[in-house]
Amino acid sequence: MTVEAWLAAAIADAEERNLPELRALLEALARSTAALRKADAEPHGS
Amino acid sequence: MKVRGITDVAQRVRGGMLSPVDLVKACLARIDARPQTNAFITVMRAHALEQAEHAAREIQAGRCLGPLHGIPIAVKDLVDVAGTPTTSGSRVPPRNPVVDALVIRRLKAAGAIIIGKTNLHEFAFGTTSDETAFGPVRHPQDPSLSAGGSSGGSAAALAEEMCFGAVGTDTGGSVRIPAAACGVVGLKPGFGEISCDGVVPLSTSLDHVGPLARSVCDAGLLYQAMKGSTVQEIAPAGGRLILGVPRPYFCDRLEGAVRSTLDLVVQRLQEAGHGVHDLHVEGAQHTPHVYLHIVLPEASWYHASTLETHAGDYSPGVRLRLEMGRYVLAEDYVRASRMRERLTHAVDAALERCDALLLPTLPIPPPPVGATTVDLDGEQAPVRAVMLSLTQLFNLSGHPAIALPAGRGPEGIPRSIQLVGHRGRTERLLDIAEAVQGLIA
Repeated sequence: MTVEAWLAAAIADAEERNLPELRALLEALARSTAALRKADAEPHGS
Repeated sequence: MKVRGITDVAQRVRGGMLSPVDLVKACLARIDARPQTNAFITVMRAHALEQAEHAAREIQAGRCLGPLHGIPIAVKDLVDVAGTPTTSGSRVPPRNPVVDALVIRRLKAAGAIIIGKTNLHEFAFGTTSDETAFGPVRHPQDPSLSAGGSSGGSAAALAEEMCFGAVGTDTGGSVRIPAAACGVVGLKPGFGEISCDGVVPLSTSLDHVGPLARSVCDAGLLYQAMKGSTVQEIAPAGGRLILGVPRPYFCDRLEGAVRSTLDLVVQRLQEAGHGVHDLHVEGAQHTPHVYLHIVLPEASWYHASTLETHAGDYSPGVRLRLEMGRYVLAEDYVRASRMRERLTHAVDAALERCDALLLPTLPIPPPPVGATTVDLDGEQAPVRAVMLSLTQLFNLSGHPAIALPAGRGPEGIPRSIQLVGHRGRTERLLDIAEAVQGLIA
């Protein structure tokens, strides 16, 4: 699942659960997830 | 009476010059005199006095249990003490334990007296101790400032001389951060060294239990008791020490007085003949992302059912962070876990060339109560992320780490340095810290 697809699904779910204030946190988490995936994809030692 | 460290008063208690009853009364008087600090949730007044009288009788009869016998200790209200609710700083219904946490059983077996349960950041999920159902913990020197967190009440109680030692927990820095903010010593032992049995979890693979104290020697006594070892005084490390300062990432953005404190400590160590060199912890810049993808889902796991039944009882910010953890994908948790192993090896590799790492504990002085962002090098940054940035790696890696007071900034508020030791060598780290403390006190 791409980070973009995950974020869209997460925001939709949070709004359905009446937690719209989660949006900003989920967007921040998405940026962190993208950074995590990029770091994990780097060759070890770089 | 003038409240001193455990090492000092223990000798006088053993010698019959000082009674545990006097110690408990002195602590209770300080608690009564400084309610604005809001360090305690539960003061166990009658119980503590009763235990002190019992300890006095035992010591008088020649049955002293050691240096902690009759010494008043405060306990973060995340740790079970039989007969008192474990509130975790929350309006969520508390645990009502009928047995003590293992760490409390061990402290009691060493003769310590539990004087009360201290305030904290709700469920230990924050670094400022101002999201709590019991009101914010205030800095002992400036009530407009945070005492740090999450073990903020434990650190403030120590700095306010309301106890002689305290129990805290540290999942990303929650012993070391408030210790740094309040100017006391805070030890995060190696992972798994002190049992978390009977402690409300935040993140089971990152949680550590550790002591806060007024000196390294006192922290050593508490650590030994909490671990279940024989309690005896530590000795400063002899010979020439080699300390490594991890500059990239850790020293990229520091408040001015924090940077000058580190520089001064390096200078003092070099003047004393010790070696200090810069080094690099490979991949350290990835730490916040790795940490976030582990702590969030692990925290959400424990709170899953109460988020459904008592959502409105959580502080709004804590509730949202717990909810956020429910959205972390399993694949990203595994990714973070793999990278955690790499980071652990990177810390091991950095330590191969030195006795301990030396770095600041906090990159900033304690922020104002309620602040959510902080100015760092002219940029606004989230308070929580900034406060965790220098400590959380060693929760991921499990290395022992200790925060030491290292003077004060121009406004008179404490600054702190952190030493990180080799895995499985917490006693050696304490010996090194004792030597370093002697140079920077």
